[in-house]
Amino acid sequence: MIVQSIAFYVFSAVLVASCLMVISARNPVHSVLFLILAFFQAAGLAVILGAEFLAMTLIIVYVGAVAVLFLFVVMMLDINFRELRGGFMRHAPLGGLVGLILLAELTAVFTAWTFSPEAASLAAAPTPDVLKVTNTEALGRLLYTQYIYLFQACGIVLLVAMIGAIVLTLRSREGVRKQNVGAQLSRSRSEAMAIRKVPTGEGV
Amino acid sequence: MEIGLSHYLTVAAIVFTLGVFGIFLNRKNVIIILMSIEMMLLAVNLNLIAFSVYLNDLVGQVFAMIILTVAAAEAAIGLAILVVYFRNRGSIRVEDINMMKG
Repeated sequence: MIVQSIAFYVFSAVLVASCLMVISARNPVHSVLFLILAFFQAAGLAVILGAEFLAMTLIIVYVGAVAVLFLFVVMMLDINFRELRGGFMRHAPLGGLVGLILLAELTAVFTAWTFSPEAASLAAAPTPDVLKVTNTEALGRLLYTQYIYLFQACGIVLLVAMIGAIVLTLRSREGVRKQNVGAQLSRSRSEAMAIRKVPTGEGV
Repeated sequence: MEIGLSHYLTVAAIVFTLGVFGIFLNRKNVIIILMSIEMMLLAVNLNLIAFSVYLNDLVGQVFAMIILTVAAAEAAIGLAILVVYFRNRGSIRVEDINMMKG
């Protein structure tokens, strides 16, 4: 139990510190790298909680896809980030005020609050015993039966996002000589070549 | 020292607040704003996982996976819009995004 507590405090301290670095780092590449560190710490917290599958999904989706996408865009676009830093401290007081109010409200909610006694019996899908059914298996059983439509809707969301991203970034440039496969394949022998009888000594 | 639900909720609240603060702090840089949004979604995910475990209800983790999906889709579309915008205007300053203003 003491190991669990120490792990929790280490993970959350590094999580908060790296989130702080994400929003305050000078170089956006460093921001992205700190974001990756933050995702790893969050995955660690999920492991402590016992949600292993979600922890691994968090790493695969966030670190493997989202953060790499961010890194790719930051490095691909030639942006003058020095100029974008202007007015950094000008908005800090307002942002700090809003943040402090938000944090105070959230902690006020969290501290003055308990589970109602019948909450345990109202669970829509009670977690099975971890020793009998692993977290991944239980989640799969739930996701592929009761929440199959939700799962399919997720697929639709990803499909729409994929098509949207491709449509947005695809462009046809002028003046580029591209291969026209259709025209090439639709040529027949009659229009592509002609056989001539050339009389000897006269030429074509 | 027992780690309870409120510990996780507090960490998630701090991360969420840092995300909001980051949006205010980096008003000009869209990339950092998008990263702040990702941080806020991460905090929400942590909340859902913590509640799911402490209430003994698996549905919270299903919801967390759906948020994960939506976060990935949002990042993809947001960055695509960013790339198109940069291609057209040559900058990603937030103040320049006012062409549709009447």
